[in-house]
Amino acid sequence: MSLATLLLLADGRLPSGGHAHSGGLEPQIAAGRVRDVDGLDGFLRGRLATGGLVSAAFAAAACADTGRAAELDVGLDARTPSPALRRASRAQGRALLRAGRAMWPVPAIGREPHQPVALGALAAAAGLTPVEAAVAAAHGTTTGSASAAVRLLGLDPYAVHALLARLAPECDRIAAVAAARSGDPVDELPAAGAPLLDIGAEHHATWEVRLFAS
Amino acid sequence: MHPELHEHGPDEVPHTHPDPGVDPHTPLAGGPRALRIGIGGPVGSGKTALVAALCRALGEEIRLAVVTNDIYTTEDADFLLRNGVLPAERIRAVETGCCPHTAIRDDISANLDAVEDLEEKLGPLDLVLVESGGDNLTATFSKGLIDQQIFVVDVSGGDKVPRKGGPGVTTADLLVINKTDLAPMVGADLSVMDRDAKARRHELPTVFLSLAEDKQATPVADWIRGLVAARV
Repeated sequence: MSLATLLLLADGRLPSGGHAHSGGLEPQIAAGRVRDVDGLDGFLRGRLATGGLVSAAFAAAACADTGRAAELDVGLDARTPSPALRRASRAQGRALLRAGRAMWPVPAIGREPHQPVALGALAAAAGLTPVEAAVAAAHGTTTGSASAAVRLLGLDPYAVHALLARLAPECDRIAAVAAARSGDPVDELPAAGAPLLDIGAEHHATWEVRLFAS
Repeated sequence: MHPELHEHGPDEVPHTHPDPGVDPHTPLAGGPRALRIGIGGPVGSGKTALVAALCRALGEEIRLAVVTNDIYTTEDADFLLRNGVLPAERIRAVETGCCPHTAIRDDISANLDAVEDLEEKLGPLDLVLVESGGDNLTATFSKGLIDQQIFVVDVSGGDKVPRKGGPGVTTADLLVINKTDLAPMVGADLSVMDRDAKARRHELPTVFLSLAEDKQATPVADWIRGLVAARV
């Protein structure tokens, strides 16, 4: 393992398309459910406990055995009822794979895998461990939406980073839980969902004017 | 690991796989792909109007597609569709998450995916225009995304714009100074803009344009024709 490599993989500046996605935050802001740092706190904790846990588990599993990529990909389809969120996850997986292929020898795992599967495959190719893949997934779940909140709501960036610092131990905990199950059969991996985010994503996809891709 | 993708027949020549399972393809091979031209510039300078004019001028003679990056996602694409200058399947809109310059410079993945999807869907193309969302004078395109870039400013932004420079003005392969018809009304001196542009840009070309009068953007279309011809 290499800590510097992990930092590279988890860096928001990695050119992997993440800057154009709000992690479901844009529709929740429009609906008035997230207005300030406290609202963002609740949103991010909810994201971590649901999509964050699922992403971390699938990234860890793909890292532990990249040969399971296709099976894990189907498992994520089953856990993503919103077609808009499936498209968003695959678009981000494709973009992440593009960046990863330029950096490490990533095995062929299809053209548009789900983002956590791509993340796990990249982590493995970079010589990282499943728990590190899971940390990168959980970290990305919070930082992507937090950055979108700064841009959409004009929140104080220091207050938002203070929140991210408070959430870091929770990211580590979720990642440890996820990585401990990385060898489980796909059907038994975490399947926590957030119906309001699914509904929000479907509405968002129909907006005439939107700033984020998802 | 993917037997369905790699079958060994009975008369197979004996061979080895030095790196099995590794994707041997580097993205963005410089093969027979379309010329990609980026069009950037400040909000309201006429980028979308220029794209529409180029579609009118070139749409019949070369195989052309457009990727738009307007912050309001579909607005620019809708403009092109409403004006009937290009069929819908030749236009793709990319969302940029409030960061138009990031999408054309620091993280070009969504634009690359859009360009590749267009080429895959439509077959070989001669030219893809990538229009950035309205940004400021520092916006430039990554060389990983485009081959040549055009920067569009307009006279109503003030005749000092070329003198202010910035990467867009100084490094773009073509500088377009648009809305020359408005120059007398806004008190802009075109000779000052011409002199400053030459000083900033040295050998790089600058053209003056009034898209209100020249609906085919003739000098820009001619510049592009030269690039497309030089490529084949």
